[in-house]
Amino acid sequence: MSEVQTVENMVTISIDGAQYQAKEGEYILNAARANDVFIPAICYLTRCSPTLACRICLVEADGKQVYSCNAKVKEGMEVTTSTPTILEERRAIMEVYDVNHPLQCGVCDKSGECELQNYTLEIGVDSQSYMIPDTKRETTNWSSVLHYDPGLCIVCERCTTVCKDMIGDAAITTAKRGGADLDKGYKESMPKDAYAMWNKLQKSVIAPSNGTEFTNCSDCGECLAVCPVGALVSRDFVYKSNAWELKRIPAVAAHSSDGAQIYYEVKHGSIEDRTEKIYRVTNEWNFVSLDGSARFAYDFENRGADNTGVKKDSTAFAAALEAFKKAETIRFNAMITNEEALMLQTLKEKMGLKLYNPEVRAFQKFLGYYIAASGSSLYSTDTDAIMKKSDFVIAVGTALRHDSPALKYAFNNVQKLNKGAGLYFHPIADTLIAGFGKSVETFTHKAGLEEAVLYLILDLFADKEKLPTEVKAYIDSFKTTETQTITEKVEKTIKEMVLNEETGEEEEVSKKVKEDVQKEIIVTTNGLVDLLGGDSSKFDDVFAKMMSKKEAFSLMVGEDFYFHPKAENLAKLVALIEATCNMDVVMTPPKSNALGVALICDLDDTATGYTVGYNENGDFRLSALGDGDLDMPAMNQQEGTLTSMSKRVLPTNAALEYEGYELNDIVKALVGAPEHTIDWTQMLPVSKGFKALAFDTLPNAFTNDGRDNRGYVLDVTRQEVQLPAVEPFDQSVVLEGEIAYRCNPARQFNDFTDKSHEIFETFSLYASPAKAESLGEKVEVVFENGSIVLDVVSDAKMEGDIVKVPDFKAAKDVYGLFGASRYQTVTIRKV
Amino acid sequence: MSLEHFKNRNIGTQHYTTIDVGHTPVGAMQTFTQVAKRTVKGELFVGLWVTLREMINALFKGDMATVKYPFEKLPISPRYRAIHDMLRLLESGSYRCIGCGLCEKICISNCISMDTRYDENQRKEVSEYTINFGRCIFCGYCAEVCPELAIVHGPRYENASEQRAGFSLFEDMLTPIDKLNLQQEYDGFGAISPNADDNIKKTPLAY
Repeated sequence: MSEVQTVENMVTISIDGAQYQAKEGEYILNAARANDVFIPAICYLTRCSPTLACRICLVEADGKQVYSCNAKVKEGMEVTTSTPTILEERRAIMEVYDVNHPLQCGVCDKSGECELQNYTLEIGVDSQSYMIPDTKRETTNWSSVLHYDPGLCIVCERCTTVCKDMIGDAAITTAKRGGADLDKGYKESMPKDAYAMWNKLQKSVIAPSNGTEFTNCSDCGECLAVCPVGALVSRDFVYKSNAWELKRIPAVAAHSSDGAQIYYEVKHGSIEDRTEKIYRVTNEWNFVSLDGSARFAYDFENRGADNTGVKKDSTAFAAALEAFKKAETIRFNAMITNEEALMLQTLKEKMGLKLYNPEVRAFQKFLGYYIAASGSSLYSTDTDAIMKKSDFVIAVGTALRHDSPALKYAFNNVQKLNKGAGLYFHPIADTLIAGFGKSVETFTHKAGLEEAVLYLILDLFADKEKLPTEVKAYIDSFKTTETQTITEKVEKTIKEMVLNEETGEEEEVSKKVKEDVQKEIIVTTNGLVDLLGGDSSKFDDVFAKMMSKKEAFSLMVGEDFYFHPKAENLAKLVALIEATCNMDVVMTPPKSNALGVALICDLDDTATGYTVGYNENGDFRLSALGDGDLDMPAMNQQEGTLTSMSKRVLPTNAALEYEGYELNDIVKALVGAPEHTIDWTQMLPVSKGFKALAFDTLPNAFTNDGRDNRGYVLDVTRQEVQLPAVEPFDQSVVLEGEIAYRCNPARQFNDFTDKSHEIFETFSLYASPAKAESLGEKVEVVFENGSIVLDVVSDAKMEGDIVKVPDFKAAKDVYGLFGASRYQTVTIRKV
Repeated sequence: MSLEHFKNRNIGTQHYTTIDVGHTPVGAMQTFTQVAKRTVKGELFVGLWVTLREMINALFKGDMATVKYPFEKLPISPRYRAIHDMLRLLESGSYRCIGCGLCEKICISNCISMDTRYDENQRKEVSEYTINFGRCIFCGYCAEVCPELAIVHGPRYENASEQRAGFSLFEDMLTPIDKLNLQQEYDGFGAISPNADDNIKKTPLAY
């Protein structure tokens, strides 16, 4: 095991006379916040680089004025948060922010939770001393979800900062405002920082960075979340509700396996319709960043087939009980709580039913191989730890932009904040990821060569002492050394005797002449690099640069591995990497609660006989989509826990009412069960790392210093095992020809995201612009065991010929088409 | 955020406490004593005298203490708080209400509700507004908090209805557009004070 044990050195600082402990190297602002001391700050975002746009976080440290968001703590530092000069600066800054800011707070969506309102009151701005002519700024819609009102914008740059440092899209940037110049007299009369801040503010607005009117981004909406004023609001939410009318329900994002913290914000539908509806999703944006599915796919609740709400339908319930008694198999997916998974497992144990879940089964098998090979009951790291510690990240076998937004954010954040480097191996080139940083190298390898990638990682990072000799020899067999003769130009000084015509004497003159010299050098070619689509002659230098000053390494492993014909060998290689390289590993559970299901349920490989489908196809369908034989509550209508990629068991609460039957009622009638679904929480299997804690005792918040204190972390047990015996990689599984890749567009994960009205990504074939053009508008993708007709959509961030086929509609049974692999050779026919 | 209210799953079983309503006589003796005490006291004749005096005054001296409602009505103070009116801007006839939701927020009997939307002119529009007069206690907070003097208390106090709850919608309370010239400015709760001008500090503007 190579877990990086960073013992954080604590230093003692004093703020306004009181002594506090702070982590060494931390910014004063963060140290103060962690200790519950208030320093005003507008532009700073906890996990992003300081922008220094607002300058309001000014403090005095050891007698010198510094910006607390950007000055680090030192042992014995004495910080004063407010002095008369600082208060004067802050007052002037807030007055400047209020210059020409519209006073119609009544109609603003942010009113009541607006930081400009708060700070104006906090600092006590009751008069205005500055003025400047206003510039006309038009409201625009940047995308299908983003709405920007520059008239309200205070150009704190939080949106651009989060988009660049966290999300990685860098889709927005500051642009010229074309405003009037400041009156020269202000330079003398105003406090210095306030003038500098105003000078910058007056010149800029925010605009899409691609030069057009529209952003080309993943529409995650994180810019909306961080906006301190009403300038950025979701198009759907504009003028719909005031912030204070909404009731916040703490929950967990249901679609991806990130387990992001969210609040569902609910209010009655309208004057006529008093049933509660979710109006928007918000998050603790200083500590967690959401993807588009978490933020915008919220209205997937089950309101029945006629959209009037679900009532207890006893005939359907009786039919469901009959179906369960008749059934041989239950087919379900990862969109299920831990408690429900345990209920299904109980049904399996007591009634002998088969549990069929192809989505999770592959992951479960892979985890099993990994556990056997590594002796560790789970992988070693998580996204939060990567962002806090790692400075070198490697992603293999995952379409980072689509599979796991949190890992994409972590990959990007490491480049931007930890001065990190990154390697991205994937058969589909992604221009966005290549642009995350200067030290990001992307390899576009052939589908099926994932084993070779892991061998290359072993070659690059492994401690050669620890590596088994045969593996070492195998890796070395790819290296060829040859002696090359190269020609170098060398400058030589030649002395010549020249006859001086004037004096008639011979003089010595030195002259510089370039000469070609033949030289012999030894060149090592790493065959693995070339095999994976890299250029071995250049890679050595590039890699050496990437490795300088790097200490903490992380490996991100994705869904391609689970659905790989050589999954077992891959798992062993991952375990070997963890054992021999100084590297942590994180695996992305495919979708939602895949990790929880993999740990709790004993899944079967095949479905036989009469099948009950839970949100899936089946002879009898339990469904939270409103189209089944018996209605079930959707994820925003039920309590329970979800297991996230970060190995956390997270409690989620019911945001909307649901009056129908739950799975617990069925289990109760069939084999007996406790009264509530959440009574199962404490019965989750302790042997798999769960804890016997009751649902109501689980905490659900972040602490002030940003520590995730939601639910609990699974216990990870370790056993000493021998280094796994790995096999050489198998080139026969490499796919050639036309290849389809099972991959959803960003923001789409399942039928529930598709049902949500703010998600617009269609069920289409996604291809690089060049490929899309050659394919035309509509194609039929023919697999060995069936075909599917899809519209073609061009994805500007994709490169190459491999096309992406989404799987988010269960009814289309794309899992069936792809079978045991995520890549398939297909024939694509124009329709 | 507190999670307490998510943990109570027993809706409707809260504890109620009864207030002290005094001593009830126990047994025949106590009841008899109470009746006897109340009968013998002279308070009865005090009341009878007041009635007789007022009757004589009204009948023979023309000193009538009541008005002949509903044929006659007393003038009402501008500060009287009756059924709400929604006012319009005098110049344009547009609604004064901007949909800020402050009245809805401040309402202590929680009887105001409004729907707003983003309209075609990129403005916030109040698409519907309602007050539940079965619950309204006519405290006047809504009129006081309104930043636009849009919702005010009108003089219409006759709001008896056949049903317990009576709802008014936006249209019911809004000044009819053809009667805009008859719209009275409101002097009651929430109206600006006569010396408001003296308290205003001007915002410096560059134009």
